[in-house]
Order: sequence, then C-alpha cells, then structure tokens
Amino acid sequence: MDRRPRVMGFRGGPPGAGGIVEKPKHFKKTMITIIGYLRPFWWQISLVAICAIISTIFAIVSPKILGNMTDEIIKGFIGHKGINFGAIEHIGFWLIGLYILSSAFSYIQAWMMTTISQKVTFALRRDISAKISRLPLSYFDKHENGDIISRVTNDIETISQNLNQSMTQLMTSLIMIVGILVMMITISWQMTLIAVLVLPVSMAFVSLIVKQSQRFYTRQQAALGEIDGHIDEMFSNHVIVKTFNGEKRSIHRFNDINHKLHDSGWKAQFLSGLMMPIMQLISNFGYVSVAVVGGWLAINGKISIGDIQAFIQYMNQFTQPISQTANIVNILQATAAAGERVFGFLAEKEESSEEDATVLPRAVKGEVLFDDVSFGYSKDHPVIKHFNAHISPKQNVAIVGPTGAGKTTLVNLLMRFYDIHSGSIKIDGVDIAKMKRQDVRRLFGMVLQDTWLFQGTIAENIAYGKTNATHEEVAAAARAAHVDHFINTLPDGYDTIISDTADTISAGEKQLLTIARAVLADAPMLILDEATSSVDTRTEALIQSAMDKLSHGRTSFVIAHRLSTIKSADTILVIRDGNIVEQGKHLDLLKSGGYYSELYNSQFSS
Amino acid sequence: MPYLWFLVILVGLVWAQSYVNLALPDYTSKIVNHGIVGKNIDAIWSNGTQMLLLTFLGGLCAIGVGFIAARISTGYTRRLREAVFTKVEGFSLDEFNKFSSSSLVTRSTNDMQQIQNVISMVLRIAFLAPFMGVGSIIKAHQMAPSMSWIVIIAIGVMMSMIIVLFMVAIPKFTIIQKLVDTLSLQTREMLTGVRVIRAYNKDDYQQKKFNTTNKQSTDLNMFVNRLMMLMQPLMTLVMGLSAVAVIWVGSYQISSGNLQVGNLLALMQYVSQTIMAFLMISIVFIMVPRAAVSGKRIGEILNTKPSIVDPEKASHLPEAAVGLVEFKNVSFGYQGSEQMVLENISFEAKPGQTTAIIGGTSSGKSTILNLIPRLYDVSGGMITIDGVNIKDIPQTELHAKIGYVPQKASLFSGTIKSNIIYGNPEASDDHIERAISIAQASEFINGLPKKLNSPVSESGSNLSGGQKQRLSIARALLKKPQIYLFDDSFSALDFKTDAALRSALKKETANETFIIVAQRISTIMQADKIIVVDEGKIVGMGRHDELLKSTPEYREIAESQLSASELLEEA
Repeated sequence: MDRRPRVMGFRGGPPGAGGIVEKPKHFKKTMITIIGYLRPFWWQISLVAICAIISTIFAIVSPKILGNMTDEIIKGFIGHKGINFGAIEHIGFWLIGLYILSSAFSYIQAWMMTTISQKVTFALRRDISAKISRLPLSYFDKHENGDIISRVTNDIETISQNLNQSMTQLMTSLIMIVGILVMMITISWQMTLIAVLVLPVSMAFVSLIVKQSQRFYTRQQAALGEIDGHIDEMFSNHVIVKTFNGEKRSIHRFNDINHKLHDSGWKAQFLSGLMMPIMQLISNFGYVSVAVVGGWLAINGKISIGDIQAFIQYMNQFTQPISQTANIVNILQATAAAGERVFGFLAEKEESSEEDATVLPRAVKGEVLFDDVSFGYSKDHPVIKHFNAHISPKQNVAIVGPTGAGKTTLVNLLMRFYDIHSGSIKIDGVDIAKMKRQDVRRLFGMVLQDTWLFQGTIAENIAYGKTNATHEEVAAAARAAHVDHFINTLPDGYDTIISDTADTISAGEKQLLTIARAVLADAPMLILDEATSSVDTRTEALIQSAMDKLSHGRTSFVIAHRLSTIKSADTILVIRDGNIVEQGKHLDLLKSGGYYSELYNSQFSS
Repeated sequence: MPYLWFLVILVGLVWAQSYVNLALPDYTSKIVNHGIVGKNIDAIWSNGTQMLLLTFLGGLCAIGVGFIAARISTGYTRRLREAVFTKVEGFSLDEFNKFSSSSLVTRSTNDMQQIQNVISMVLRIAFLAPFMGVGSIIKAHQMAPSMSWIVIIAIGVMMSMIIVLFMVAIPKFTIIQKLVDTLSLQTREMLTGVRVIRAYNKDDYQQKKFNTTNKQSTDLNMFVNRLMMLMQPLMTLVMGLSAVAVIWVGSYQISSGNLQVGNLLALMQYVSQTIMAFLMISIVFIMVPRAAVSGKRIGEILNTKPSIVDPEKASHLPEAAVGLVEFKNVSFGYQGSEQMVLENISFEAKPGQTTAIIGGTSSGKSTILNLIPRLYDVSGGMITIDGVNIKDIPQTELHAKIGYVPQKASLFSGTIKSNIIYGNPEASDDHIERAISIAQASEFINGLPKKLNSPVSESGSNLSGGQKQRLSIARALLKKPQIYLFDDSFSALDFKTDAALRSALKKETANETFIIVAQRISTIMQADKIIVVDEGKIVGMGRHDELLKSTPEYREIAESQLSASELLEEA
C-alpha cells in the first residue's frame, strides 16, 4: 500500500464513467458517525444550505426571464410596433443582477463547505494520531503500518473531498430537479411530458453501458494491480532474476499480463466513451420533439417563442442534476467505506486507564522482582509460565536464546508495553501494573537493535529523552557513545537532518546515536540489545564499549549475542520458544548440561 | 509510426463530428424562423428529421473517434510498457543504482498510466476542440458579424480566468503533495517508533509535531480549494452574461432587420460551444506538460544503454569445467565515481574448497562477490572461470554455473515451492527435499499447515529473516551450480542453525567452489582460505590460525568477537 506514491485520481479511468466503489458494511452507522463530526458546524451548514437554495433558485428562474426578453423582441417584431428597448434594458439589468447574485451565493456556499470539510479533515487526522498513542502495542504487532498510514492519508482525503462535493450537490441537485420540473410544467405540460419521457430512455442506455464497461474496468483494475505487482517484485529482486536466469520467464509473464491489461483496457475505455454520443443523440431527439410540439403550440398561440427557448435551456440543464444524484449514491458509499476504515481504527480498544496509579519513590535503586509471572500474546497461548526471578540493584542480566525465541517479550513486559496475565513485576517493591505507564518507562533507558530515529537534526534525536538539554550535554552524550567524531565529519555536524530511512548513516552509526540518546536520558535502569552481524566489527567494538560504560552502575537487561557479555553477566535468562527455560550464572548453567550448554557448545564446534 | 492511418481516419472523423455539431444550431434557427415564426409545421418536421439524421451521423463519428482513441492509447502504452520492461530486465546493477529501483517501478507504472490517460484525452479533445472553437466563431461571425465581440470577450475572460487560477494554484499543488508525503512520513514514524516513543514518553511531542503539519496541510488545502471553487460560479456567470448579451445586442440587430429571431437561439449555442471548446483546450494545456514529464522519465529509461551485455563473439566454458574462479589483479570503481572500491584483488577459489572473505563495512567484500556473476563489471584486471574470462561467456551460461545467495534474502510471492524451484523449475521432489534438508529448512516448512505449498507473500514478509535466508539457500542448492556465492547469508540464523547448515553443506557438496562473505568469525574459522579485505585491498590471506598471527586487521576482528581463551582454544 505504502511502498510508493499513487497518483490520485489517475488510476480508474475517467471519473464517473468507471471506477469500482467499495461497498461499506455498516452504511447507516458510519454515516451517523460522520454526521457527528459535522455537528459543531451546524449553523455554518445551515448557512450553506440557505446559500445553495438561493443560488439555485436564481439559476432556475433566469432562463424563464431570458425567455421573456426574447418574447419582448418578438412582440415588437411581429406586431410591427418596434421593439420596446426600455423593457429589454429593464429585463437585461435584472438578469445581470440575478446571474451575479446566483454566482456570488454559490461561491459563498462553496467557500464555507470547503472550510467545514477541511476542519473535519484536520480533526480526523488529529484524532487518529492521538489514537495511535493510546493503542496497546499488541495492535501494532497485528496490523500493517501501511494500512494505518493509508487511513490517515487516502481514506481521510476521500472523506474530505466527498463531503465537500456531495453535501452541496445533494442539496442543489434536488432543488434543481424540482425547480426545473415546476418551471417546465408552468410553460407547457405536454412538452414536459416529452422531456420526462426521454429521461428513462437515456438512463436505461447509460446504465446498460455502465454495466458493460464496469465489467471491463474491474478486469482492467485487476490486471493493473497484477502488472504493478509484477514490476515491483521483479525490479526489487533484480539480482535474483539475473543470477537465476529468470529474465525470459519474467518478460514472458509480463507480456501475458500486459496483453490482458490492453484487452480489458481498450474495451473499458471504448465502452465508457460510448456514453457521451448516445446521450447526445437521445437528448437531440428530445430536443426535436420539443421543437415540434412547441412549434405546434406556438402556432396555435398557446405559448411564446421565448418559452420554447427557456424550455430548451431547462431541458439541457435537467440531465446534469439527475446524473449527479444518481452518482451521489456511489459517492456516499465510497465515503462510508472510507469512513468505516477510519472510525473502525478510532474505535479500537485502548490501553487500560490509569487513574488510580501509585507514584514511585523518588530515588530508584533498581531492584526488580518477577513474581510468578505468566504471559501470552494471546490468551490461550501462554509463552511465559510462572516465572520467578530476583534481580538486585545494579546487576547485569543477560537474556540468551536462539533467533525468534521471544527475547523481546521480557523487554515488552518490563517496559509495560504489554500487561501480564497473572503474577507481578515489582520495581523497588512497587508493582508496575499499579504505576503510570509513563513512570515505568521513565525508569528505563532503551537501546534496541531495531534503531529508530525520527526526521530531524542529529542533536534533536539525541536530546529526544531530554528536550531541554543544552548543546554541551548533547555533545557530552555523543562523546560517551563514541559518535561525536562521526557527527563532526558530517557537513552540518549536529544540525544534520536525518530520518529513519536515511541511507547516509550506517546501521552501526544509527545504533551509536540511540546509545547517545539513552546516555542523555540517564535512566536508573537499562535495556540493551547487542548488535549482531549487520554492523561491522570495528563499529561493534565501539558500540560495545559505549554500552559497557552506559550499563556500569545501573540495573541492566541485555539481549546478548556476545560470549563475553554472557560470561560476565550476574544472571543469565535462557529463553526458548518464548519461555524462560533456565536461569543462573554461566558456569552453573554449563555444568547443569541443559539447553544452555547445548546452545553454547553448538556455537564453536563445527 | 504504426498508427498513422488510424490517426488520419481519426482526424477525418473528428472533422465530420465537429461539422455536424456546428450545423445543428443552423437547424434550430431554421425551425424557429421558418417553422414557428412562419407558422409552418411541415418546416419543423422536415428540419427536425434532417437534424436527427445529422445527429445520428455525428454520433457514429464520435463512436469511431472513441474506438480509435481507445485502441491507439492502450495499444501504444502496451508497446511502450513492454519496451520499458524488457529494457529494465537487461539493466545491470549500475543502471539500477543510477535510477533506484523504486523510481524504475514508478516510471513503469504511474508514469505509464499517466501517458495512456493523456494520449486518450488528447486524441478525443485536442483535434475536436480547435475545430469546434474556431468553427463556432466563424459561424457566429457569418450569422451576425457585429456580435463577434461578445464571443471574443467571453473567451478572453474565460481563458484569463483559467490561466490566473492555475498559475496561482499549480505551485501550491506541489507543496500539498509534499505535505501529504510528510503526513504519511510522520505517521509512519509514529508507528515504527512506537516502542521508542513510549519508552521516552514522547507521545505528546510526536502529536504536536504531526498536528503542525496537519494544520499546514489543512490551511493550504483550504486556500487552494477556495481558489478552485471560483471556477464553477465564474463559468456559469460568463455563460449567463454572454446569453444576455446576445439577446440584448441582438434585439437592436433584429430591429434594424440584420438578424432573424431564430438566429438568436443559434448564436447563444455558438457562444456556449466556443466557451466549452476553449475550456477543453486549456485543460489539454494543463495536462500535456504533466504527461511530458512522465514521457521524459520513461524516455530516460529507454535511452539508457545497459552497461553489461553479452559478448559479440562468445566463448564457452570447457565441457569438463570444474568451477575454478580466479581474480587476476582486479580493480573496481562505480560508474561516475573516481574512487576505487577494489584495487589489486588477486586470488584463486578452488573447487572443493571454501574461500571466505571478511572485512569491515564498506571494505568492499560484497563487491568482490557481485563481480563474479557480472552484476557489475570489473574496471581493471580480469576474472576467469576455468581459465575463461567471464566477460566472454554469455550471461545465461555464466549464471547457470553460479548459485548466488544475496545478503538480503529476497523471495517472490507464490509458494515456498515456487520460490525454491525458481532456478530449476524441473527439479524432482527428491531433489527439493534434499535441498531443504541441507538448508535446515525442513523443520519449519513441515511445521506449516500446507508444507511446501504454503503461500509466500510479497517479498516474503510472512516469514522471519532466518526462514527467508534458509529458503534462499535452498533455492541456490537446487540449481546444482558449480560455484556457490554466499553473501553474509547466515547472518539471521542463530549459531546453532548456522553450524548445522554449514556442516550439512560440507557433506553434500564436496566438489563445488564455495565463496563466502561473512561478518561472524565463527562462520568462517574453518574455511580453507580466508581473505581479509580492508578498504578495498587484500591485507591478508590464509587460514584462521595463520591470520591470527600475521594480520592485525584479522586479529582485531577476531578479538572483538571471541574472548582470548576461545581464541586459544580454537587456535
């Protein structure tokens, strides 16, 4: 979803002619929620409605008045009395006034509606970003980032655009339809009958064409998705395609999809292109019929030529609001579908409230007690069962286990990213479940292997845990993390802008920056994740030395990969399949001949 | 120009279509003048039937135009798409680096679609609109020369309005696009950094930052929308006022006998047709530059010559090839860069032996591997396989000899099986089982509900790093090559799996050439030959114990990973 920008509105072919509308599941409920967001704007919306009504009514009466102008000419022309230019001037000024007023009101209405829809967009985005900070971590483990991002960008964009469009369109179209009908009937009911009879015929043709072209649009869309996917996959795996001689197969498959795309593409385009000429033919047919009947009525003196002229204008205006109303169903459905995704996200279950949280003593010694802790990511699959451990202040704990064994689970529990099912984790005797999450997290400095930096300057990134840090403090932290030298080699030094995806800094340097960040935060306890092979050996040595310095004199939990760390640890926790299977010191564990010794021996014997 | 005839027919049809459209108002005025004013129903009938007939012909022309436009636009894009894709498949990594793979993807998807849309639109509008616009002006002028100024003024007002609006708005659109990117970047930041943000209690800070951008985007959108919303009311205003002007001014013309009543209606139609035509022309002028940018981006791909191509006179590897790889004084630098990545690299990798390459980040060790399958070409010196320069061997033949396992295990969407047999689609089930078991992947594959037929999602995102690496190793094994290239391919495996895999490999593949790049000392300690690379040069070559003594760079790496006692134990 998020791997590359999509050019909005250029994918589905001509708007209105095709495009596949996603069907919402709870149309009514979602609509009510959207309307809820509009409530604060009720008086602006009433004003919008009034402006829309006024501008539409003016637009409806003007053809009739224009017709009067023509009649005025004809009266003078046929009656051979000369044209009454005074009357024409009078009507003319009236009309100019009407057109200007109608446009002015229609613009005021559009202006206000834009304001409202943009404010709703802002509120929705704000609420989603606030929601992100209140969701439990388990939510993010189960959902893809791209999906959430597309709700913030695409879905909200859809809602805002459609609100802007459909709200006023719905109002003006309905008024237009009724108003024009009334005007037509006042001119001549016989002619109105013809005009109204033409409508279902043209609607039937349109729906027939839409149905046919929709089929090919769906196919085209599927082929487009397929070809985009193929291109993306082949280009990003180019090395494999090349070295495994896959080019011919890849091109062959590409041509197959390309053929499908071409076939459905031209048919979809051609069929939807049929709509215009056919509708024009039908409307011309109606036009001629009206002219014939109108002519007959005019000859008999029942109506005037100005009336015929006005009637023809009305007929031309009639189709637009009707096709708009027909389209509004689609628009509302698309809005509801987008709304459903946005509100579905906003309704996700949040982290438990923490109103009656206790406060921790000021000076934290760093004693940690796991008391009969049980936990699982889902209720029926416990990964930690009845775990007990006592860690004295300033001890070093090494967490060891094979890849994917769930070493991060312990980190998740300590930081209270997840709440445990039973038992308790106590820091200096206080149960962390009874503390504010913020307070628990303030106790830990964290350096993860999955480094995360935000877009901003290097100095801002280091000072992340202490916003008011002086430049001196930042530099001192950088020196402690051995990254000062690297920063100074950058053209802008500490003011260099970096981001999480920046390629300008290597993985190792990123990790050093996160260490500097932890140094500056100066928390009483530490959680460290040792570098593995993605970092070169020299940088690794730097990281190691920085981590050693940092953990000195603090209770620290280290996800360990290096033997030296493991051997010097005060306690080793051995994790297997998410469960803590052994704990103790290096030599004791080796002697006991359990999983740890197996793991240890496998490393250096091949 | 394969579409020349199509285009000629298209222009003919468009001409007929606009001729019909321009003739219709004539009939309107005839119906009014002769029929209604002259009280003659027959005139209405006969003119009406002719009008219908013409409309029918016009409709047929329009359908023909639609058909040709659809065929040309999709057909052209199809050929272009194919040309681009085939071209890119022939690119070497140098070209990929030049463009970046994500940019190549956007160019072949979004840009391509953009071009198709614009071609189709231009074919429908670009000929019709000028015919209609100019035709309407001429017709209006013929009917009432003294009223042409109304048309001219209406067009002038419309055009200047559109130009001003878009001059102001288009630069803002670019900024809006950037803000949208920033919004999604910041959302992504909040999502990927959720642990760090919470660890440092920075939720409020992140939200404040997000809402600053949110506000900027809202304000700018508000401004641009308010501007663009002017279009519709202003257009109706111009249309309405010109209709009033026609009748108002027309009344004097009729009074002086220069104009008939029915012509008023026709004139009103000509005015509105002209305005619509010029509106369409300005849309073309807005769309075409955007497509031109896309066209340029695609042209850049098509005009790029792949730097690595097959030799004109190919040599072939001897029948009894064994897979002896030799680097002879090889140097390498990236295209357009003066700095050499590799210099004076000479070594031999023998069949049945493991040659390991170790060194720091950006020491150039992966580059050495990339040169062997000609992902890049050497800048100086020569690489031979069994004595034949690899530049003289057709790439297909060269690649068939090599089993390459890249650093980043890249898989294709499909099934586990389809991924493993990628290099050898005809492999038997026995062979597959063997490859899987050597790659230490049997256990996890058999643990999956659908075993070998379990789905692999795009880029293997439903598998862990270690699982992906094992599949990518199995894929190389199944190809049964003579030369294996492992680029740090064990990094995501834990020590135990790593060790088991290496010992299984050793047993199963006794006669092949192994070249391994690694970061972990333990992975390569047992290699027959270890090459230590530092800053693009070979600084040491030999076995583990020899290097410990002779090469300080190697010793430094070893010491950082193993404790002194282990070093001794192993030495």
